[in-house]
Amino acid sequence: MAGALIALLVFAGLIVVLALFVIGIYNALVRLRNQVDNAWAQIDVQLKRRHDLIPNLVETAKGYMKHERETFEAITQARSQAMGAKSVAETAKAEGHLADALSKFMLVVENYPELKANQNFLSLQEELTSTENKIAFSRQNYNDQVLFYNNKIQMFPSNIIAGMCSFTKRDFFEVESAAERQVPKVSFS
Amino acid sequence: MWELIRANKQHSILLMALMAFVLLLVGGVIGLAVFGPDGGFIGLGAATVVWLVLALVSFSSGDQILLAASRAQRVTHDVHPQLFNIVEEMKIAAGLPAMPKVYIINDPAPNAFATGRSPETASVAVTAGLLARLNRDELQGVIAHEISHILHRDILYVTLAGIMLGGIVLLSQVFLRGMFYSSMGSRRRYSSGNQGGGQAQIVMVLLAIVVAVLAPIMAQLLYFALSRRREYLADAGAARLTRYPEGLASALEKIAGDPAPQLGPANQATAPMYIVNPFKKKGQRKLSDLTSTHPPISERVRILRSMSGGASYKDYAEAFTEVTHSKNIVPAAALKGEEVGLRSSGSQQTQEERTHKQLHQIGDIMRKVNGFAFLACSCGLHFKIPPNFKGDSVQCPRCNKRLDLAAPQAATTR
Repeated sequence: MAGALIALLVFAGLIVVLALFVIGIYNALVRLRNQVDNAWAQIDVQLKRRHDLIPNLVETAKGYMKHERETFEAITQARSQAMGAKSVAETAKAEGHLADALSKFMLVVENYPELKANQNFLSLQEELTSTENKIAFSRQNYNDQVLFYNNKIQMFPSNIIAGMCSFTKRDFFEVESAAERQVPKVSFS
Repeated sequence: MWELIRANKQHSILLMALMAFVLLLVGGVIGLAVFGPDGGFIGLGAATVVWLVLALVSFSSGDQILLAASRAQRVTHDVHPQLFNIVEEMKIAAGLPAMPKVYIINDPAPNAFATGRSPETASVAVTAGLLARLNRDELQGVIAHEISHILHRDILYVTLAGIMLGGIVLLSQVFLRGMFYSSMGSRRRYSSGNQGGGQAQIVMVLLAIVVAVLAPIMAQLLYFALSRRREYLADAGAARLTRYPEGLASALEKIAGDPAPQLGPANQATAPMYIVNPFKKKGQRKLSDLTSTHPPISERVRILRSMSGGASYKDYAEAFTEVTHSKNIVPAAALKGEEVGLRSSGSQQTQEERTHKQLHQIGDIMRKVNGFAFLACSCGLHFKIPPNFKGDSVQCPRCNKRLDLAAPQAATTR
């Protein structure tokens, strides 16, 4: 009688421990997945910031760069395309164009020493540098979070729970154009 | 990553327990010495109260105390956009839940530290000297190192341990000074009791003196031992966040070779917080590794530079074994030779010129922090207008032109 009771208690104890274990893994998976989603949202925030910055930059530079209409048009067009993009693939492509246009613009700026001496422009340039870095770092963080998450849902024992609760693998953020790959380390100094 | 953070938390708890033990030991022995054989409990009780108060104070506002002690001033984006942007970049790279508060310390010595209770309530402080010397990539490396401290939960530990250490030092100092000043007048008091008790009392007093002298040293060694390891780990974290170890490496090199005097407001308790040891390295290599709060800079730079494969913690660990391994085979001598090579880079004259320009910049950064307005006259003269200036226009002393304060101010405050 007493033996059966002890066996029952041990069994119940084991069940409780197992349940706590499963809950722990499940919560960790949810936390990681939320971090992936949050990191993805961060990229959008930074891309939006770049869009907001461009009109100011173009306004300031226009006064000094009379003969660069094409450059400005390319930037403005790329910006409106990027803002109007619907799907993820479209956004990625349009943002790539915008980044290319901006880096071309920054090369052209080198020919205008007066503009480079303008305080207002210098601070805008710093903001742009920083925004490009923030975009790069938010992508980097997204990929880091995806790596943690994917590792977790593929490794034993969390893969069992991930399979049962349909946690699916996420994709890394891959940069397509070669020019875009160079952007992460922008330095104007 | 998470394993690292967990291990760091465990180390913090261990260290706090050991510190508490040392504090109680000091309290107990001092109690025995001052109040006689039954005084041990009084001392223990007092030490417990001190410990609780310190723990509560340091947990609730330790970061504020440390920031105030280093005379750091909170700044906004407008004061130094680049610094603020870089902190935000690193916050994004690390995926921190909140933007750390940014502080600038008015000091020409280049240094930086991070403090706070959690990643949500963290602060990063850099000296004006650091801002004036480093370029963008280097500053990014330093900030990444500080953000790594926040990410690894080193900040709570260093804040708690720093204030705890301060408590132990305080208790010992109060006792030792009390003993010193009262030793002349109060000798008769002990002889008035019975003979045996008096002797035991003297033994206790001697013991208390020994403990009061040794305890702060012990606590410090403990503190330093753990902080050195964390410096390496924060370097590894910085390399991972920026993916560019060279930024931090070259920043450390610049800081090490800097001729500025040592950081004013730093002391023994706050030293391990900083990115490099704020005390000047007069014969630093000669000191034993036990008493230094930081690993030698040359070694940190070499590890960062030998990270060739990638920027993960593993790559850092490989570079670390590579570098420290060679140190084991060829001790001290090889390292010494290399350190000389690093310091002598850059000719003396350019160094002097640079220093002058940097001092100028440091002044400007601090004026900006303190709300000065900057104004440029068309004749090329630059004005720095203090925040308490009353009038709305100034006359240029060179070309006698009157300058309106209100309008151009908006243009120059970036």
